[in-house]
Amino acid sequence: MIDSRILKELEGIVGKKHVLTAPEDLVAYSYDSTFAERRPEVVVSPDTTDQVSQIMKLAWREEIPVVPRGMASGLAAASVPLTGGIALNLCRMNRIIEIDELNFTTTVETGVITQDLADAVAKKGLFYPPDPSSIKQSTIGGNAACNAGGPRCLKYGVTSDYVRGMTVVLADGRVIKTGGKAIKNVTGYNLTQLFVGSEGTLGVMTEFILKLLPLPKFARTAKAVFPRLTDASVCVNKILTTGITPATMELMDETTIATIEEAMHLNLPLDVEAMLIIESDGMDERVVTDEIEAIAAICRSTGAREVEVARTEAERTALWQARRAISPSLARRSPNKLGEDISIPRSAIPEAVAAIKEISRRRGVPIAIFGHAGDGNLHPNILFDKRDPAQVEKMKGAAADIFGVALRLGGTLSGEHGVGSLKRAFLEQDLGPDVIDAMTAIKKALDPKNILNPGKVIPGPVPGAEELFSWSPAPTAGQGS
Amino acid sequence: MEANKGSAWDGFEAPTEEEVSHCIRCGLCLAVCPTYKESLRETESPRGRVALVTKAIEGDLDLTGNFTDHMYKCLACLACNEICPVGIKPADLCLGTRYVIHQARRQPFLKPWLFRGVFPRTGLLEALTKPVVLYDRSGLRKVVNRVGVTKILPRRLRDMERMLPGHLSVRGARHQIPAAVAAKGERRARVAYFLGCVQGVMLADGCQATVEVLAENGCDVVTPRSVKCCGMPMIGYGDKEEARAMARHNIDLFLGLDQPVDAIIADCATCGSSLKEYPHWLAGDPAYAERAKQFAARVRDVSEFLAEIGIRPPAGKVDAVVTYHDPCHLCRAQGVRTQPRDMLRAAGVTLVEMNGADTCCGSAGTQLVTHYETSVAVLERKMANVAETGAEIIASGCPGCQMQLGLGVKRRGLKVKVVHPSQLLAQAYRSPAGDL
Repeated sequence: MIDSRILKELEGIVGKKHVLTAPEDLVAYSYDSTFAERRPEVVVSPDTTDQVSQIMKLAWREEIPVVPRGMASGLAAASVPLTGGIALNLCRMNRIIEIDELNFTTTVETGVITQDLADAVAKKGLFYPPDPSSIKQSTIGGNAACNAGGPRCLKYGVTSDYVRGMTVVLADGRVIKTGGKAIKNVTGYNLTQLFVGSEGTLGVMTEFILKLLPLPKFARTAKAVFPRLTDASVCVNKILTTGITPATMELMDETTIATIEEAMHLNLPLDVEAMLIIESDGMDERVVTDEIEAIAAICRSTGAREVEVARTEAERTALWQARRAISPSLARRSPNKLGEDISIPRSAIPEAVAAIKEISRRRGVPIAIFGHAGDGNLHPNILFDKRDPAQVEKMKGAAADIFGVALRLGGTLSGEHGVGSLKRAFLEQDLGPDVIDAMTAIKKALDPKNILNPGKVIPGPVPGAEELFSWSPAPTAGQGS
Repeated sequence: MEANKGSAWDGFEAPTEEEVSHCIRCGLCLAVCPTYKESLRETESPRGRVALVTKAIEGDLDLTGNFTDHMYKCLACLACNEICPVGIKPADLCLGTRYVIHQARRQPFLKPWLFRGVFPRTGLLEALTKPVVLYDRSGLRKVVNRVGVTKILPRRLRDMERMLPGHLSVRGARHQIPAAVAAKGERRARVAYFLGCVQGVMLADGCQATVEVLAENGCDVVTPRSVKCCGMPMIGYGDKEEARAMARHNIDLFLGLDQPVDAIIADCATCGSSLKEYPHWLAGDPAYAERAKQFAARVRDVSEFLAEIGIRPPAGKVDAVVTYHDPCHLCRAQGVRTQPRDMLRAAGVTLVEMNGADTCCGSAGTQLVTHYETSVAVLERKMANVAETGAEIIASGCPGCQMQLGLGVKRRGLKVKVVHPSQLLAQAYRSPAGDL
């Protein structure tokens, strides 16, 4: 499909050294942070919006699939090139163009690493809040494409809450600008928010205008362990209904605690059902301290067995150690994991956890549950070894069951990872056929030749491509427990 | 573990599937990898290299020139080993893969001669360096630089010329350091000094300072002359067999000293980390496995050993603003971070920390020669951090780092000296202050 004539043309656009076709290169651009793999036919790394535009014009003319990608730390196989074609590596476009200290905005290219941006604006006393766990190895473009969240979303919101405008290269290579620095803007459809979360299926986002906040000066952290998980959930609700909005409220279930303890030996209690790590932040030390003390008191009154409040930065780091140890501990226990991110009304957390534990027992596969208790975004992680077909089958069954639980409880498939290839098969159950039709109409309007990240998000067979995830037994809606 | 299925690796001592299968591809290693930061290419990242190794083990990739090149581009700074949440060791996998490549005899040209022919023979290394010393000593170097001849040299060659330390001694440290030096004051320990090759030939002043500092701290110091290369250059190049031969020789030498010693002291970060790894290199050798453990248990970096016995306060003080560069092979390979800084504080200097003190300087042994562009880009990042501190001296206990940083100083036209921490402490003992 991609012949030497097309390669020559690509080399003419970005330079020879930024067009890669060796088997080693194709392997290196075949994956993301799931266990899915599919090689592109060529890896192209543009440096400017204009180059992206020229690449898209070529792809449009020749009908070549284009899969935009940043650092491939995604958890839904959204950037894995399902149908080959061009892997469009946007990491070279990593300039911070402007930090506007008066309007509290920053203008950045798509390949800026999120942590680099957060550091750069912090030097000027400003704050870019979205904090996905992959903050050090993911790009603003990738965060916007999947609308990434993070622990701080409860108080500060997700990536889309900070995207005010962008430059997008359309499927045919035309370049458009949406939104701007203005806070209020109802001129026309809100295309900015249409592209956020579109996972590279509607256009290639190359530049962003992002909203910033003043940098909070103080943070205080508390850790509480609860013998009963329902009490932890009551605690979370009580804190919020009291009128306190902590920056983060992180929940870990007993399987997660046990897995961390086994790998890291942090002296975590093994006879409790839940642990919460709660952080309060703000501009006034007194207010922040009062807030964390009030939170600690609520924890104690709702059944926490122990509550620790960090008084120094070192103590704060120590409290976060357990949270940060989750992923590594899970990975040490098992070669592969399927990290889900169902999102449910937060009042339903106890029921969801109970249902997922039952799935784990029934399917005979370990599932660790942790997540953001304040916003109801849970991360059930199914542990398995992909080299063992029996374990893979169990994992698939459990994943389908978990999606069923989310829908039954009035929630949704994905809170912050996105749909990608991973959850495509379940989308219609969640959204219904009419929503899928509306989405399909938008996709057809913006990408009539279906060259932008084909086979992602919108369900349906992809001609000539084997699915990255084949789900069996067939998912059964609403029968999670 | 499943056996390799029809892989190009069959029959070789090679990394196994178990060493790669837990990689969750989270990409955290990309955030700390110097070669990724410069290239922004997945193939030059730890995660990418693990993926390539995995596919090679599975038989999906061959040991092509391309594949080989990716494995040799790693600086082995170990930052990925340290950060990997799962415990994968991408840098080690790269070195292990170089050994596979070596066994398959696809090694790059010239290197076999250098690593099998020269490094193991310190005398030959010195002889080969003689023209360089002569160039330095004859005044030709001064003339060349004054007339600006180096300006017309190709960029790379000019940088290689500039990597030479400012002052080369005519006779390597092997000929200057007495075979035995007696402790000053009350005797606290008896130690053997492991004289590294590059250190001894290129940076003999540092070696002398180390012996001096040890003696000042009450150590009898013996320096065996027939020491051989620690073996790291061979490991880096992929020749594990030759590295093992070096290890066996050094183990025999130091365990066979007339009088046993309390510690074997290295003042080259790379040598020290190799000596401590001998038990891993020789785990499969029944005759040496146990002896390697005995040997390694005694090995200390000079700063580490001084911290253990406590530094005797010097009479003098070095009045200078100093910044410290953590050699990869000291901070990550040996976990030695605070002790060299304690040496500097004991010398009385004003220590100013640079940003990213423990990021690689790009030396990685021979990378300036083999991968010039990346090496220089990594160095420039480092030098920007150095310049920010305003320090007049960079201290670092690794000859590779010292020469690379020396080049960085010249490239930027800074007025900064590069020394071994021992040199500053020795100067403090020599009070009133002598010349560095």
